[in-house]
Amino acid sequence: MKFGLLVNEGPYTHQAPDTAYLFARAALEKGHEIYRVFFYNDGVNNATKLTEPPLDDRHIVNRWSKLAEEHGIDLVVCVAAALRRGIRDENLAKGFRISGLGQLVETGIQADRLVVFGD
Amino acid sequence: MLHIVNKSPFEKTSLETCLRLARPGSVLLLIEDAVYAAARGNAAESKIRQAARTLKVYALSPDLEARGIRDKAIDGIELIDYGGFVDLVAEHTAVQSWL
Amino acid sequence: MTAPMDDDESSGGAAGTVKKFMFVNRRAPYGTIYALEGLETVLISAAFDQDVSMVFVDDGVYELMKGQQTKAIEVKNFSPTYRALEGYDIEKLYVEQESLAARGLTAENLVVPVDVLSAVELGELMEQQDVLISC
Repeated sequence: MKFGLLVNEGPYTHQAPDTAYLFARAALEKGHEIYRVFFYNDGVNNATKLTEPPLDDRHIVNRWSKLAEEHGIDLVVCVAAALRRGIRDENLAKGFRISGLGQLVETGIQADRLVVFGD
Repeated sequence: MLHIVNKSPFEKTSLETCLRLARPGSVLLLIEDAVYAAARGNAAESKIRQAARTLKVYALSPDLEARGIRDKAIDGIELIDYGGFVDLVAEHTAVQSWL
Repeated sequence: MTAPMDDDESSGGAAGTVKKFMFVNRRAPYGTIYALEGLETVLISAAFDQDVSMVFVDDGVYELMKGQQTKAIEVKNFSPTYRALEGYDIEKLYVEQESLAARGLTAENLVVPVDVLSAVELGELMEQQDVLISC
């Protein structure tokens, strides 16, 4: 089954990106495909390469980059939401790409399921 | 269909609204702070017990453990892990996250 | 225009897949960005020829209230955009009766014509959807 995930909140402040990541990992372990993870609202903040969390804590941004690399997952950040919040190509973390909101709609059409993670 | 609630019933009305709209036979999954609604002894308990008569209620065990309430889970609520969460989503076309 | 489609047995295949999309709005305008960014998503969805409906529940009903004047908070008033939805063929706007009543409102207070549904009716409508998006 192809899953699409929508992440509406940024790292650390809300649990949403954690839940989404753990869901994605479990889905992959079960042999499902993650069609795309789309980041909207403050979710775009999952994509900045400038974060520096404490060393004994999970590195949320890097975790997404690693998941994308290992499994070929498409991590998409909404351009309009990103521009509002200062996420641009120059500070974009590895594995993410900036694209239009249409990619979210397309995920809804192409994936078998779309799950929303937010506040 | 699958209804997912993630906020505490004391913080937001999301659970209340979900229960008002959820049709009998659908599934409710409590995650993140909403797992407090799965614990015995608080003001939300009777509401959840009532809901469990017409809905199948699940709670995400890792979230209960994180909050130190796993042993307080209301019997009748099935505890699942992230794999179980994935299975629930796979089983239902319509999935609504009540944020 | 529709995005290019991969051949996908589970969704019935070729270009032209039409799914039932429901956008669930539960937040008041201006206190948070969710109402605005939710609306932006709906507008984009118009380009994809899907079966789109918008549902307003809880404080989401406030998004549609007449008389919003945002000059003093120096924020753009986006309530006129709800009237533009019709021009995008997004005409299925549903408001929950219980949410209106709890807030002392009726459909008369809203900037666009809507269908007022009970919680039960809305719940049944939700069950028919393929994709439910909330901000």
